[in-house]
Amino acid sequence: MTEADQHAGHSDQKRASRWPYIIPLVVILALGGVFGKRLIDIKSGTDVKVIPTVLLDTPVPELNLPPLPGRGEALTTADLKGEVTLVNIWGSWCVGCIVEHPVLNSIAKEGIVPIHGIAWRDDPQDSLDWLARNGDPYAKVGQDPRSEAAIAFGVTAAPETFIVDANGVIRFKQTGAITPEIWRNTMKPLIEELKK
Amino acid sequence: MRHALALIAALMCAAPALAVEPSEMLNDPALEARAREISQHIRCVQCQNETIDESNAQIARDMRVLIRQRLLHGDTNEEIIDYMVSRYGDYVLLMPRFQANTLLLWFGPLIVLLLGAVIVAGRMRASSTRAGPAPLTDEERAEIERSLSGDSSK
Amino acid sequence: MFIELGHFALALAMAVAFVQSTVPLIGAAKNNAAWMAVSRPAAVAQFALVLFAFASLVHSFVVSDFSVVGVYQNSHTQQPLIYKISGVWGNHEGSLVLWVSILGLFGTGVAVFGRNLPPALRARTLSVQGMISFGFIAFILFTSNPFLRLSPVPAEGAGLNPILQDPGMAIHPPMLYTGYVGFSMAFSFAIAALIEGRVDAAWARWVRPWTLLAWMFLTFGIGLGSWWAYYTLGWGGWWFWDPVENASFIPWLTGTALLHSAIVVEKREALKSWTILLAIVTFSLSLLGTFLVRSGVLTSVHAFASDPTRGVFILGLLAVAIGGAFTLYAIRAPHLDGGGVFAPISREGGLLINNLLLTTASATVLLGTLYPLITEVLTGERISVGPPYFNGVFFPLMIPLVALMGVGPLLAWKRGDLMGALSRLKIAFGAVLLAIAVTLLLSGVSLSHIGGAAGIGMAIWLGTSALLEWTERVKPRRAGAWTRTKNLPRSAHGLTLAHFGVAVLIAGITVDTVWKDERIQAMSAGDTVEMAGYTFTFEGVETVPGPNYDAERATILLSKNGRDIAVMTPERRSYVHSPQTTTFTNIYTTYYSDIQLALGERQPDGRYVTRFYYQPFVPLLWYGILLMVLGGVVSLTDRRHRIGAPRRAQNMGAAMPAPAE
Repeated sequence: MTEADQHAGHSDQKRASRWPYIIPLVVILALGGVFGKRLIDIKSGTDVKVIPTVLLDTPVPELNLPPLPGRGEALTTADLKGEVTLVNIWGSWCVGCIVEHPVLNSIAKEGIVPIHGIAWRDDPQDSLDWLARNGDPYAKVGQDPRSEAAIAFGVTAAPETFIVDANGVIRFKQTGAITPEIWRNTMKPLIEELKK
Repeated sequence: MRHALALIAALMCAAPALAVEPSEMLNDPALEARAREISQHIRCVQCQNETIDESNAQIARDMRVLIRQRLLHGDTNEEIIDYMVSRYGDYVLLMPRFQANTLLLWFGPLIVLLLGAVIVAGRMRASSTRAGPAPLTDEERAEIERSLSGDSSK
Repeated sequence: MFIELGHFALALAMAVAFVQSTVPLIGAAKNNAAWMAVSRPAAVAQFALVLFAFASLVHSFVVSDFSVVGVYQNSHTQQPLIYKISGVWGNHEGSLVLWVSILGLFGTGVAVFGRNLPPALRARTLSVQGMISFGFIAFILFTSNPFLRLSPVPAEGAGLNPILQDPGMAIHPPMLYTGYVGFSMAFSFAIAALIEGRVDAAWARWVRPWTLLAWMFLTFGIGLGSWWAYYTLGWGGWWFWDPVENASFIPWLTGTALLHSAIVVEKREALKSWTILLAIVTFSLSLLGTFLVRSGVLTSVHAFASDPTRGVFILGLLAVAIGGAFTLYAIRAPHLDGGGVFAPISREGGLLINNLLLTTASATVLLGTLYPLITEVLTGERISVGPPYFNGVFFPLMIPLVALMGVGPLLAWKRGDLMGALSRLKIAFGAVLLAIAVTLLLSGVSLSHIGGAAGIGMAIWLGTSALLEWTERVKPRRAGAWTRTKNLPRSAHGLTLAHFGVAVLIAGITVDTVWKDERIQAMSAGDTVEMAGYTFTFEGVETVPGPNYDAERATILLSKNGRDIAVMTPERRSYVHSPQTTTFTNIYTTYYSDIQLALGERQPDGRYVTRFYYQPFVPLLWYGILLMVLGGVVSLTDRRHRIGAPRRAQNMGAAMPAPAE
């Protein structure tokens, strides 16, 4: 192409719109921002695999779970009304539950809130043996052999714990084991707040 | 500890999925077909990249059973799916519903296509104003051919 | 010792890459021939060093040197040799060394075969290639180093994930990476052209063979991955719109557009900024895919173990590479001269619409893949986008594309005659109607069968029109057909093969999706099940030991109409070093359909769960993909693509573009 042709093309292009050429850059910058924010979230400890609960501020599901043999009465929805309670979903097969259990034991000793347990997909004798071995912080324990209660609570894995207020409304969900820090900094203040 | 748990969960999910067990299946083929269809639209909350129809996670299995129970109970497909969404949120749906936060998702492809078409059309119009000389008419073409064939010099 | 040398070689390679990135670029700006000439030896030296590093890694795997971290994590003394080797790239760190090796290989290819390239273009191209290598070698050395040693040395390794111990999975990454990474060449050429400020037919002629090569390998790699998923996972699926699958498909779509767009630049010097954009976008999407899979921002069963620190590094790399490229594009592309004018209805017009549709398809899959992430980051809400979405939006886009693929090759350049082209395809129209009618007649009318008939119609349309176009050129019934066939440019044969391959692929996808069937049941010895005219007789299960696993193997007799056809042996394996069991299905194929048998768990009552899948026309998926790759191979051998380039360019002097053919 001759110089003249190139110049001719040049001046025509100046008249042609330039805005479409910027689109790819804008898109990539926007995406970069999203990814950057995401990485920051991950680095700050947010576990991206955890599904946030949609059950906050909704009433607790209807429950009528049979007790473990020889251990008190059934766990029903009525037990979760009238006072602030904790509901802990666990199983003797669950590794995280062993890690969490000492914390639950000490919460039970503090005595400020009753802990009810749901034995999820567990053999009743295994559950009893496990409690005998590791300590029994629960006021009542209901059996959930077919995950009906777990699914109703939107549980994805054990252990998970819910704070339920005196009206039977779910106010907090802890996915994964409760650590002393989480208890001290988040859960206990909330419970005390709810008890007022 | 958390990493070990995550690893075990990942290994369980990574194992090839052989999911629906004969013992779960309903006797009524129409209901069973509905159960399979619903299951294929629900994401496994543990494995997160499989449907509960495919996943062999325990909770997926229980959900499949729950779905079949509800079908026997007479619930419609919509009601069952709504129940799952009420417990787990939109995350559990594989086909995103048509709602405010998915408008861009559903209209996005169309927007991209239209935007592209608009840009392309605009540039075609711009370039056609730069069009070169008009194409040869038949007379001009014939005249050239005559002079080329009659004239042996270049 | 070898490993330390390899590690050192990689560090040296990084230094050489730095030289390769800077010296030739400055040389091109200052028109300094000596500095520009540095590009070729630098590229070759860098590749040699990286290759040495890679070889040292392979060596340590082969000899099971568990003092090397990567070997410990991915190998085992009892692992078969092929999987010891494939273990090199079966993990994040090692796969990156493979990545960088292929990057260097392509750079060396241009350095060695590009003797006839204009020196400034070559210098700039290799310089950009060097920059990419520098970034990735730095990434390896600083965040993902496979050369680190363990102390004390473990006696035995952790072993490769059993799912990956499979021949298909072994070569899947090298094939895929050659594709992914191969597009870096088009990227580098595009950046060089933008810096130079000129895109012309000669540029397109240089870019096309490299793009074709990358495209072929990517097509093959994706097909391989799909095929592996199909025969390993045990329930007849072959595509799940999983984020990692999408990460390879998204660049494939734009890469295909690039391939076609470059033709227009070469033939008519039109669609220049489109082609440059596609070259940049395709490799950027490859890089994006790399980021998604390795940074942990997306969860997927496929993904490598994730680490946000690495994510930050790659994000930085991406920001520089892609951000820089798009900035350059925004500034320089508007100044590229226009090029050939064409009517909307013409070959160029058709290819332009082709670009548009493929790019939209790519953007659609990208949108669906990233949407959950974007929503969660912006609003905190968790939604998910699964196969129903992708299937719902992708296939409608394919319909106009396939229609266009049939008629496009028959349109003339510059100004095409649409009605004339369509009338030449009368036979194709007839064939489509016939196919739809026959399908609905034979299978009955229902919503899914109408969809199936539509898919078959599309396949017949594309296949028939591809053949019609070919016969138009070759005129088989007139004398001299063989001569015409031989004289036809190879790329024309390549077109026919590849497009016909797509038709075969569509047929396979349609028939399998609509007409597949399955039977799931618990069986004990003597039980039988019927499906698709076959009878399955369960005979029993036995335990069979393997090199690094124990297997439960079932024996199932397959018969049809009372005649025994095959003895099938699906099995489940427990590996020595892993808690999971892996299923190995057994497939009986008639080469146009498959029966897949899988063994499930043993029930408490002693019976075994069995799953039988009838997959009609699935083999056509693989044939279609192979045909596409074959089309690419044939096109690549076109003498116009001979990498020793057009002789006229040589005679006229390096700076002048060759006249378009």
